[in-house]
Amino acid sequence: MEFVLVQTLNGISYGLLLFMLSSGLTLVFSLMGVLNFAHASFYMLGAYFAYQISVKIGFWPALVIAPLLVGAIGMLVERYGLRTVHKHGHVAELLFTFGLAYLIDEAVHLVWGRQAVPYRVPDELDGPLFQIMGSQYPIYRGFMMLVSVAMLVAIWLALTRTRIGLVIQAALTHPQTVEALGHNVPRVFMLVFGGGAALAGLAGVIGGNAFVTDPGMAAAVGPIIFVIVVVGGMGSLAGAFIASLLIGCMQTFAVSLDWSLGGISIAQAAPVLPYLLMVLLLIFRPKGLMGTREG
Amino acid sequence: MRFTPLNLGRWILWSATALVFIAAPLVFTSGFSLTMMTQMGTLIIFALSYNMLLGQGGMLSFGHAVYSGLGAYVVVHTLNLMGKGSVVFPVVLLPLVGGLAGLVFGVLFGYVTTRRAGTTFALISLGVGEMVFACVLMFPGFFGGEAGVSTNRVVGKPFFGLTFGPALQVYYLVAVWCFLSMVAMFALTQTPLGRMANAVRDNPERAEFVGYNTQRVRFLQLVLSSFFAGVSGALSCINFEIVSAENVSAIRSGGVLLATYIGGVPFFFGPVVGSIVFVFFIVALSGFTKAWLLYLGLFFVLIVLYAPGGLASLVLMQFPLIRAGRWRELLLPYALAGLAGLVALAGVIGLVEMVYRLSEPGASTVLSVLGVSFDARTAPPWFAFAAVLAAGLIALRITTRRVGERWGAIQADLLAKAAG
Amino acid sequence: MVQRIIRAAALAAAVSLVSLGAQAQTVKVAYIDPLSGPFAQTGEQGLAEFRFAVDQINKSGRLGKVKLEVVPFDNKVSPQESLNQLKRVIDEGIRYITQGNSSAVAGALLEAVNRHNERNPGKEILYLNYAAVDPAYTNEKCSFWHFRFDANSDMKMESLTTYMAGQKNIKKVYLINQDYSFGHAVKKAAREMLARKRPDVQIVGDDLHPLGKVSDFAPYVAKIKASGADSVITGNWGIDMSLLVKAGKDAGLNVDWYTYYAGGLGTPTAMGEAAAGKVKIIAEYHSNVENNKAAKWDADYRKQAPKGNPDFYFLRGKIMWDMFAKAILQAKSVEPKAVALALEGMRHDAELGEVEMRKSDHQLIQPLYVLTLEKSAAKGGPKNAKIEMENSGLAPITNARLEGYTSATPTSCQMKRP
Repeated sequence: MEFVLVQTLNGISYGLLLFMLSSGLTLVFSLMGVLNFAHASFYMLGAYFAYQISVKIGFWPALVIAPLLVGAIGMLVERYGLRTVHKHGHVAELLFTFGLAYLIDEAVHLVWGRQAVPYRVPDELDGPLFQIMGSQYPIYRGFMMLVSVAMLVAIWLALTRTRIGLVIQAALTHPQTVEALGHNVPRVFMLVFGGGAALAGLAGVIGGNAFVTDPGMAAAVGPIIFVIVVVGGMGSLAGAFIASLLIGCMQTFAVSLDWSLGGISIAQAAPVLPYLLMVLLLIFRPKGLMGTREG
Repeated sequence: MRFTPLNLGRWILWSATALVFIAAPLVFTSGFSLTMMTQMGTLIIFALSYNMLLGQGGMLSFGHAVYSGLGAYVVVHTLNLMGKGSVVFPVVLLPLVGGLAGLVFGVLFGYVTTRRAGTTFALISLGVGEMVFACVLMFPGFFGGEAGVSTNRVVGKPFFGLTFGPALQVYYLVAVWCFLSMVAMFALTQTPLGRMANAVRDNPERAEFVGYNTQRVRFLQLVLSSFFAGVSGALSCINFEIVSAENVSAIRSGGVLLATYIGGVPFFFGPVVGSIVFVFFIVALSGFTKAWLLYLGLFFVLIVLYAPGGLASLVLMQFPLIRAGRWRELLLPYALAGLAGLVALAGVIGLVEMVYRLSEPGASTVLSVLGVSFDARTAPPWFAFAAVLAAGLIALRITTRRVGERWGAIQADLLAKAAG
Repeated sequence: MVQRIIRAAALAAAVSLVSLGAQAQTVKVAYIDPLSGPFAQTGEQGLAEFRFAVDQINKSGRLGKVKLEVVPFDNKVSPQESLNQLKRVIDEGIRYITQGNSSAVAGALLEAVNRHNERNPGKEILYLNYAAVDPAYTNEKCSFWHFRFDANSDMKMESLTTYMAGQKNIKKVYLINQDYSFGHAVKKAAREMLARKRPDVQIVGDDLHPLGKVSDFAPYVAKIKASGADSVITGNWGIDMSLLVKAGKDAGLNVDWYTYYAGGLGTPTAMGEAAAGKVKIIAEYHSNVENNKAAKWDADYRKQAPKGNPDFYFLRGKIMWDMFAKAILQAKSVEPKAVALALEGMRHDAELGEVEMRKSDHQLIQPLYVLTLEKSAAKGGPKNAKIEMENSGLAPITNARLEGYTSATPTSCQMKRP
């Protein structure tokens, strides 16, 4: 019983981390129509910045500064890169971010080397949070959940309760009208892209020390968050939320099952399951879970 | 029956291509350049097949290596069966086997992936690619795990004295198949299906309205493209005599995307140029510098930013001027811009190489250029190269503006002449 | 006594080399390993150590006028790219290659070398393998042109399980491995050998997970915990290794980790102190080994080593170069075929005991160590944990030395000699 409980908590905390990543991607996509291929690279940058800052001043400042830095880089990328290719269409924009991912990876290699860096969980968050009949649950996992939920609430409040949030929502569907009303839509784009990057950076700050900070971390999560975006329905934040939790829990529980099918156990196939889910969903519900757009 | 005049330019172009294929190994004779050209040949087929999706069908795929890779796996097993003597089949026709295998997998996966277009298609192709890659490692029985499946291409009776042992014979095998595939893929662009693919790319709603099933068009285009991907997979299997998980990996899929885009998506011959440049980057440049990946990435991003039509578009832009006989006017601006570009490039290379030397533990930090050696740990070379880069960029800005002005003026002239 | 005879033989060979070395020549050995991309640092490590070893041999004048040289070729750990590089090696007339990273690459090179040697008699190439451990290459796929200086994965498991058999507190073992050929080999060998040596030990779990794709090992760790295992055997390397140990520490999992590659480049850094006292490794050398005759060599290497990477890993690399040099002397020739004939069956008095290049399969038989990563002495760990790995605060200490014969598993090799 406690095994199931621990696995559920593991699944939810992993799912929430995935959501932190996919929320930025989804926001950017729904607003700008740009699928940011370098999104996972921003996640990696967040982790490396946090490592560097936490070595110099400490983890708590890093939690704030690293995402801001990544967000600033995101804005620069939008201003001087994406805006230039915008006129060539969405494919060009996607390809630009694809190339950018190569460059960020290589830059990380150059600055921090090709091996993992020792980015550690701070002492005050290291240790067991509670014990259930011998299994302990680490504080840091609890902290990860807390941060993700706080972020979720913050995004929701920002989008529905603030002026800029309302402008963003309006620009989602009616960019011309918003422009006509005197709002600077390109600047809104820049903000949103930077914001999306900052969210990825934040995920990097708390994911980097929970797992490992190395140059392969972008490639490890990249494909999964794209699957989440497709499964949840392109551009749907709520869909991304459900899909993240679904995939997080599905992967966790698949590991626990020892059933096997034709020599391959479910546990072995766990990482393929999200892709299978995507394929099945596309056959039976091409829009994705919460998607509204077809085609 | 419509009468089509003999298209002389086209005939010249194709004959020249064939000639290049025949003559290349006579000019570049070393074993290494032969390997490189053989790889270029296989990549050309692969990139052209990729462009059937991206260029002609508007489908951006991140998982095209799946079709060439799985085709290669089928071929490697066929070759091994031939080696055991349980199957008799000429080696020359093996690419057909690879092609058919690619086609079958195209039907299988294409049914799912082509249900959506645009960005969603891109993501799904990525997902399918990841799934196939994971499966390849999961079933070592067929796929040989990470070590892959090895084979020996010298099997069966010699075909008119050809055993395909020597690398030169393999080169010509690849060359012949490459040429045939190029012709076939070009012919496909002229068929109604090829035209419909363009229509679906440009305006799917309208194509649907006219009565075409866009999903079906995408599906057919993908299936045909995976046939040619399979052909290229078979040739790479014959060339390397090994097929491993990297053949279906995301790196391969990303590679063919880079090659195609660098060459030029809007033009049939674009991917050909791109493949040659790409193989050069990977195989030759990586022998000189560790920074080749960075240069490749930079090059790609620059193309996306400033020449979305790829290298081919830069060349083709000049044709109208040459035809009008006004290319001489641009000679000087071009030369100046080229010079500025070289200066900027020198600055970039200097900085990048110094960064690499510093970041790499154990490498000597002393470099030398034109007989002058300097240490990357000291400040002066950094300032020097930064200055060179800045100067190059400023000069590039000025000179390209001049090129742009001149080019625009000539273009306007020509338009006016055509109108008047 | 044996040693004295060997030394006398070497001296005699050195004298006769005067005729061989009448004209100065350089024997080039191509080093085909990753030098760019994600695994570059691993490749650079080997290169730096080999260059050091070759420098020392050249300086010693052991080979008369013959000089050795290591020529690097970047294969990006891709089997196909390795074959490209092999073509370049052949073009440049180099007759010896050495490689270690990835058994996939090794397999491709082995097949290609065999084919080349068959198709081009008189221009044979000899392949010195210093780290690719797939047992097949000295069993069913063995070749006269291939020599392996690392114990293969079955041999390492043989030694590891011999050690485990003596640990009476081991009752329940969990196997977790990467889902690819090497992981499968480890899993199979562990099951067989444990059943043979300790039938009372229960295997309470057996997982395969995808290679390098798992970012969250918490579910696996929860499963290990629920199984009640006291020890875990894993062939994981790189990020899969460090993530697994870290997740174990987070969940308060109290097990001993029996590993192959927890000492791999970058892994001690990534695991950090989570590993202290828990992680055991099977290897042929570590810097804190007792009676270490390579201590001076180790220290000299560290003095000149690249700054970020001071550690000396490959004692087997030194052994390889020493034996290679000796084979040239004995063969009085730098022709690969003659050198290969001299290498097979060669016994060598290495720093940590005698080693033998077994003639039947070209596999080096050498003593192995089971070692534990502890907090270094400087951080309050045991006194003999002196030299840290990667300045990570972790230092290896010996648990047991297993003589060469414990790991000398029989071979199924039927070698075809030219």
